[in-house]
Amino acid sequence: MALDTTTPTATSPEGSPRSVSGFLYRHPRVRLAGLLTAPMFWLVVLYLGSLAIMVLASFWSTDSFTGSLIKNPTLENYQTLFRGQVYWVIAARTVGIALAVTVIDMVLAVPLAFMAAKVVRSRRIRYAIVIAVTMPLWAGYLVKGYAMQTMFINNGVIDWILEPLGLKGPGLGLAAVVFSLAYLWLPYMVLPVYAGLERLPDSLLEASADLGASAGHTFRSVVLPMIVPSLIAGSIFTFSLTLGDYIMVKIVGGTTQMWANVIYDNVGVANNLPLAAAAALFPITVVVLYLLAVRRTGALENL
Amino acid sequence: MTISRRARWILGLISAAVLVFIYFPLVVVVVNSFNASKVFSWPPTSFTTEWWTKAATNDGVRAAILTSVKAASGATIIALLLGSMIAFAVSRYRFFGREPLSFVVILPIALPGIVTGIALNSSFNTVLVPLGISFGLFTVILGHATFCIVVVFNNLLARLRRTGTSFEEAAMDLGAGPFQTFRDVTFPAVRSALVAGALLAFALSFDEIVVTTFTSGPGIETLPQWIFNNLFRPNQGPIINAVAAAVLVAFIAPVYLAMRMSDGPGRVTQVGAEP
Repeated sequence: MALDTTTPTATSPEGSPRSVSGFLYRHPRVRLAGLLTAPMFWLVVLYLGSLAIMVLASFWSTDSFTGSLIKNPTLENYQTLFRGQVYWVIAARTVGIALAVTVIDMVLAVPLAFMAAKVVRSRRIRYAIVIAVTMPLWAGYLVKGYAMQTMFINNGVIDWILEPLGLKGPGLGLAAVVFSLAYLWLPYMVLPVYAGLERLPDSLLEASADLGASAGHTFRSVVLPMIVPSLIAGSIFTFSLTLGDYIMVKIVGGTTQMWANVIYDNVGVANNLPLAAAAALFPITVVVLYLLAVRRTGALENL
Repeated sequence: MTISRRARWILGLISAAVLVFIYFPLVVVVVNSFNASKVFSWPPTSFTTEWWTKAATNDGVRAAILTSVKAASGATIIALLLGSMIAFAVSRYRFFGREPLSFVVILPIALPGIVTGIALNSSFNTVLVPLGISFGLFTVILGHATFCIVVVFNNLLARLRRTGTSFEEAAMDLGAGPFQTFRDVTFPAVRSALVAGALLAFALSFDEIVVTTFTSGPGIETLPQWIFNNLFRPNQGPIINAVAAAVLVAFIAPVYLAMRMSDGPGRVTQVGAEP
């Protein structure tokens, strides 16, 4: 028996693997250490360490002649960001876009998720809807970006649809950015809301109806309060992803700039890594503050 | 809740409209890839397969696909190893720091890609470059693996929690050691979750552009980078369209398969994440 092979003997049928096996069996802490060493190295040293170096780099500066890094701590980058009016405008615009995208996605996601979770009776159709919503997540970010460009471009598909009505689409610009980002992040909102609605017991809805509430009243007073954590979970994605996006705005935004463009341009064109690192702390701060604020609602378990 | 026929119809219509909203632009891309016009025009007037042929024989596209496959394979292998190690540790052991660890695993996709990208960029610049390791395919794989771990981790963790430990305990009681138990009991139970996690990790890496931009070096161009770079070049429209359509079609089967194999495609982190 493996349990009592305290000393491996020559008669042990598997020889040395069995002794290793027995040793591991008797030492769960060694097993745990074996499992955790490599992943911890990767996530803590490589990833968290990188984040730490980035925070450190935000206090460095660059030599304006050679472009090389000067590693003397300075608040210069933060001063640049706080004093530059353009940065305030871009930050406000980016947060505004994130809010608009979040609201649009909530409005679109709730009816669809409710349909799938509570109205459709067949399990197969329910799954089909969930899969249909999830599939485009994998369609490729740039493929969808390209698709959005064909929609919004001058004489594109939206113009073609609106033409018979005598209207014209908004073209490339701010509206196209909001619409495209809402399009991209919609599945991130539908899935948590669907999961939240699926957990909501039907008996609550029946009780509400038995007590005389109309469908609309039940939705407002029973369903909506119960899916708030799911809506928050979805909004973490829509918000965080919008704050970090610089590509869609290049494809469909015309000359519009978002916060992540500030980061991107300073790494690439301007070759000012310290300023970019300081700018990157803005989305981190917003996301972390948001995560801390919503921690009590139980939203984090819905991610 | 008793839902009136009317409310049911309205909900159904809204849902159908949202699904059309999701799929219509993708269908347009596929249809337009057969459009004979040399510049963008809609609706298509005549049919051609010229752009598909051109895309398939384009050297840039081929090199980019090869680079993407290499990067995604490398990242998937690392993510499979590390993701399953953490999933086993979190589901089978209690230890100090277990909750923070689960949080750190999710962080690379919860934070915007540009943050992960620039963080890795600055640390590679500070640590790897002085060591003589320059930006290239290797650093791209390091970056991709970091955010792919979570996909494997979440798929496997869900499966491990669902299957419980009773079969493993039975195997041990019957005299199997840890290795044999893993080979004969644990692994067969989690195999499909691992395949699902691997497929999704591969798809995630194949599609990624932000972290790639910040971690790749000269001469390295993944397929998303190729698409992005060519979007702003003249006369490349039809070929991009064909490549985009091909990516769409190529990814339908594996992703659908992965979702069927994972446990309930109801959570974002289980089935998907940041581009």
